[in-house]
This record gives sequence, C-alpha cells and structure tokens, in this order.
Amino acid sequence: MLLSGAEIVMECLLREGVEVMFGYPGGAILPTYDAMTKYPQIHHVLVRHEQGACHMADGYARATGRVGVAIATSGPGATNLVTGISTAMMDSSPIVCITGQVTRGAIGSDAFQETDVTGVTLPITKHNYLVMDIHELPYVIREAFYIARTGRPGPVLIDIPKDIQIEKIEFVYPEEPIRLPGYRPPETADEEDVETALNLINQAKRPIILAGHGIVMAGAVGELREMVERAQIPVTLTLLGKGAIPENHPLTVGMMGMHGEAASNLAIQEADLLIALGMRFDDRVTGNLKTYAPNARKIHVDIDASEINKNVKVDVGIVGDVKTVMRQLLPGVQQTQHAEWLNRIRDWQEDSDERDIINRESPEVLLSAQVINDLWKCTGGDAITVTDVGQHQMVEAQYYPHQRPSTLITSGGAGTMGFGLPAAIGAKFGMPHEEVWAIVGDGGFQMTLCELATAKQENINVNIAIINNNYLGMVRQWQEFFYEHRYHATPMFNPDFVKLAEAYGIPAMRVTSRDQVMEAVEFARGIDGPALIEFMVEKEEIVYPMVPAGADLHNMIRRPKPGEEQVS
Amino acid sequence: MEQTYTNIPKKHILVALVENKPGVLNRVASLFRRRNFNVDSLTVGRTHRPHISRMTIGVDSTRADANRIASNLNKLINVIEVSIVSQEPHVSRDLALIKVRSNDADSRNRLTVLCERYPARIVDIGTEVAIIEITAQEDVVEALIEDLKPLGIVEMVRTGVVAMGRGVRILDSQYEPVVPANSNGHAYQAYSV
Repeated sequence: MLLSGAEIVMECLLREGVEVMFGYPGGAILPTYDAMTKYPQIHHVLVRHEQGACHMADGYARATGRVGVAIATSGPGATNLVTGISTAMMDSSPIVCITGQVTRGAIGSDAFQETDVTGVTLPITKHNYLVMDIHELPYVIREAFYIARTGRPGPVLIDIPKDIQIEKIEFVYPEEPIRLPGYRPPETADEEDVETALNLINQAKRPIILAGHGIVMAGAVGELREMVERAQIPVTLTLLGKGAIPENHPLTVGMMGMHGEAASNLAIQEADLLIALGMRFDDRVTGNLKTYAPNARKIHVDIDASEINKNVKVDVGIVGDVKTVMRQLLPGVQQTQHAEWLNRIRDWQEDSDERDIINRESPEVLLSAQVINDLWKCTGGDAITVTDVGQHQMVEAQYYPHQRPSTLITSGGAGTMGFGLPAAIGAKFGMPHEEVWAIVGDGGFQMTLCELATAKQENINVNIAIINNNYLGMVRQWQEFFYEHRYHATPMFNPDFVKLAEAYGIPAMRVTSRDQVMEAVEFARGIDGPALIEFMVEKEEIVYPMVPAGADLHNMIRRPKPGEEQVS
Repeated sequence: MEQTYTNIPKKHILVALVENKPGVLNRVASLFRRRNFNVDSLTVGRTHRPHISRMTIGVDSTRADANRIASNLNKLINVIEVSIVSQEPHVSRDLALIKVRSNDADSRNRLTVLCERYPARIVDIGTEVAIIEITAQEDVVEALIEDLKPLGIVEMVRTGVVAMGRGVRILDSQYEPVVPANSNGHAYQAYSV
C-alpha cells in the first residue's frame, strides 16, 4: 500500500486504538490534517489553544488509562504545548504529542515557524523523536505509544517534518516486537527485599500506608484494600492517590501533606513504619525532610528507581510495578490488629471534626467548602471531578471524598493553572457515560476559558463550577500568612462569567447563597451539553490546615476550634 | 547533616553504554544540568560494536548522588547499561597534552628528567616550547602538571578520565538494532534526537 507519511501517521494511530485526538492545524502539520479526512474513525477535536489540546489529551489519559493524543503545528503551535507536556510529565500521564516541523532541508535555517521542539521538550518528555526518514515513522509511533504507557508513564513527543508527511512509501506495519535495548520497565521485586519489607510490616506497631498515583495507574486498588484490611493498617493518600481506596473506608485517614488531614500528618510523624506505595515524597507531602517521620522505618515501592532515596532515605527500597510487588507481598502479610494506634488516629480525627467549618452554623456568606460538599451530595460522590489549581483544588480534595480510582483529575506536581476546563473536556471524551465536573477558580479558569468554545462546538457534556472569590485565593492566603496581608496582584477584576458563558451559547447560573447551590447543580446536570455555574464565595477564605512551605509536617496552622478564635 | 560514608563527596566514575545515535550526548548532558549534578569530565567514544558508544563520566559527589546519577541515566531510553566502575576494582586513565616553555637548556633537561620519572614523553620540541604527553591515572597526571608548572605551562588539553572494571566483569550489550531495510539496502540514519 503506497501511503504518504501523513497517512502512515493515521494508520499507526488507528492501530494504537486512538479514537480521539485534540489539536490545532497549521502550515507544517497540514498534510496530516488533510489525511484525517480519510480516517473518520478518529475524531479530531479542534481546540482554541494548543495548551488546551495537551491538557485534554492529559485529562483523557488520566480518566481512561489510555494514551491521549495531542497534535499541533511547528513553532508557536508546538511551544504552546509545552505547559501541557510539563504537566503530564510531572504527574506521569501517558500522552503522545505530534508536531509538524519545517521541511528537512529547512531545519536549522530559522525558517518560518521553525522551533527546535525536540530540544525545547527534551527535559519535560519521557522521550522525544525527530523523524528524519519516513521509513522510521511507523517504528517511531509504535515506540512512542509503548514508552508513553509502560513503566512510569509520561509524555512522548514526535516531531515530523512536513516533507516526510508528504513523501510516499510502500507501507507495511511493523509487527515484530518492539526492541528498545535501554528500556526495561521493572516488574517484580527482589525476593530478599520483599522478605525484609514483610518483616517490617508484620512487626510494626504504628504502621501507615502512603498510597499514591502509582496505585491508581497500576490498578492495584484491590491489592491495597486487601493489605489494608488484613493487617489493619491505616491509609493516607497523596492528592493524586485519591481514589486508591474508598475515602469512606474506616481505615482511610485522608489526604496527607501541606493541606492534608491533620490526622494523616500527625500519624506520619508518630508512625513507626511508613509503607510508601507508588508515591514520590514530594516536598508538598513531606514538609521539612529533616524532621519527617522521625520514628519510622520506611519502605518505598516505586517503579522508578531514581525515586528511591531521592528525597527521603528509606530502609527498604523496592523497584517494581506496585501491583506486582503487592502481589508478592500479600501472601506474607499477617492478620494483625492495631487497635491502640487506630484509636489514637481516631482521636486526632475527632479533634479535626470539631474544627471543621462544615460542621458549624452556616454563616451568611457562601463558603467554598459548602459548595463542594453540596456538589458531592448532589452527584452521589460519584462524578469525575477535574480541578484547576489553588484553594478550590484543596477544598475539593478535602470535601469531595472519592470512592473510585481515576475520578479526581488534577494537576499535582506541576500545579498548572488553566488545567481544569480543558482536562475536563478530555476526561469527558474518554468517559462519555460519566458525569464530569470541572471545578475551577476564577483565576485559573481565565487562563484557558477559550476552550468554552471547544466545549460548545463539540457540545460536550461538561459541567463547570467556578468558585469565584475575586482573588487569586491561594496566593492571597500566602500573602495573609507570610507577607503581612499585602494583597499585591491578587485581587481580580472578573468579567460577568454568566454573560460570558451565554456569549458562547452555554447556559449559566450565578449562585450567591447556600440555598441555591443544589438547585444550580441540578440545573447544570439537566443540560445536555456544557453548563456553567458561578459560585460567589467568601472572598478571604483560608484553606486549613496548612503546613507552611518547608515547615515540620506536624507544625500545621490549624483552624481554631469554636470559641477559640483569636481576634486579630 | 551527619557524615556517613554515603555523604562524603569523592570522585566517582560512571560508565554508560549508549545507543550510537545523534543527540544522545545532548540527552545525557541535559540530564546533568536538569538534575543539578556536577560533572567533572565526560568522554564519549565508539566501541567494538558499531551501534554502541561508551561514555565515561567523572563526578565529584556523594555516594548517594552517584547512585542517583546512575538511576537517572538508566531512565534515558537510549542508555543501555550503566555501571559505577569506581565502586569496584578498576583501571582508569586520563591523557593530557601539555605545552611548556623549553627555551633554555635547563628547562629541556628538566623535561627529560620528568619524562623519565612519569609515564610521559616529549612528543614535540622546538626552541620555544615542547609538548609533553602523559597517559596515566588522573592523580598522576595532576602530579606531573604540578611539577611542570615552574617551567611555565602555556597550553594544555586533557581527555578526561576513561575507565574499565578489572577482571571478568564485562560491561557489554548484545544489542543489534532492528534496521528496516530500504530499497538500496542501506541502513537508515538514526532517528533519535
């Protein structure tokens, strides 16, 4: 079959099972866009900015576990992907980005819309390719998908010069196994390490499991639950680990870290054993490393050998696929009781409940915690929520307990504002039968709100909740705590978001008091296609608890108990 | 921080077998910059296998950091094998060409004496300057440089350290690439950047 490079790209995408790709056309990628007309099986979503394409591919990948695909032209098209690629890299999300490049002869000549994209993305991709011979193209695409989804997943970029997209060759799909001599994702753990780990687990008096994104990606939810229940070990979750265990499970302590549950952080500091599964001891979960979990032996299971001993020095480092490793561990995990330890954690939890704002008399103003909590109730706690970055993201993590893996999609490592709306669109394309909510702040939403047009053009059923406090809330919180209330560059002038949505033809509502919340949520759910609700919340809310950056994990700024409020 | 054997900085030598493709050196160099590792020396050369190049990387770091560098190198798709050869018995060599003043009889005599004492030789000599070549362990090269300084070093180049584990520990890869045959029967250019 004589095919052009562009057609070969499409043939290979079909064979990878790609159903949808997100992109934006331009000169250097036009031959591939033309070839798309012959492949209607693959739906192309026209975005409004390439960053949105990348976040959509990312949201799709996180919701489905399959590889998301973004496509853009050379130069500015490709560089607009960069924030999205970096976001996917930090959160180990499997995406493949295809970019057009100027013709081979023009490479290096500063041609129109030429950028050294493989150079630019080298440190933020798992791997990248510049295809210089059309015969390599099918091999490269296969390798790219394989690298993106295996081992520790991540973004892979393929840069294809325009003349290669046009050139024609006799196409035979390479069926032989992929051979990458330097790429051997680890699977099983060393038996000796498993033994050592089991000894620690079975002897621990105050163990705690730190479950991360790896559990979700490896599909080790069942194994985690079995281990937790048999050995009665409490579980704390990273932000991206949410859903690794149902959050209403009695042994779940909740999220850890800077804005995690106080009980989780205190338990980590008092534990005699940390069992870290598919997480990477990010600075946002450890706080001060010198005082982190001082009494604990540490077991760290991760698929990436370079994560072991990177931030936290561990006693047992196990490199392997967390599902496989847990299957190796499980037969040796003994039934245990840790009643005293669990009671101690329960005391901390009760103390937190006393402080919790959600358990108090509702004030006159609308609080973001109430909005999220009501949204949780209305959706039966079962929607896929996609957040942006900031206070609303942490409030979501605290007040929307997730029961299933891959139902919270959020930019953790990179903390990319503008992620929410496009990632929600991508997630909905991946999971069309799930209810999807984009929960965004007024700041981040405005970074990628152009994708409202994409949502409308595709009539994709994404509900958008803007938590609007007319501030860059999290930055304002830092200014309040650490910069003596100097709110510089954080107050926001905002457009009328309801009118804005209506300008895009998207039904919208504004909510100013708590009694309207549920009604508005039902309104959005009833609309076939995108809908937007603007929640006008209290301007100067604070997300508690908070571990200041670099502080000891147990030294949290807590919400005062009722009656203990300090007059400031 | 408490001083343990893992956190005292010392010289480590890593060897990496990499795919012989354009851009691989860039990936390795970019990794060191990205992860803030300090590289002392980096040499690349071909091996007896046409598809494989060998890099020797000298770093001044803690043992823990040397391990981190090794595991990060291993993450690069084009890096096939990594070994920290300085953690085992090994042979290491550095080659230097040193141009020194030789414009009087005294200095020429001094050069002859030094070349007898060190594994060094004079490879070029004129009325003004001479070039000394030395191939030896890094510290021996350093010692010669110190001894040459009084004569006046005017130019110098060093290859950086290369190393190999002693004995039957073989660092090799049987890797042969899948080369799709083109119509001329020529192998394709490497595609990795």
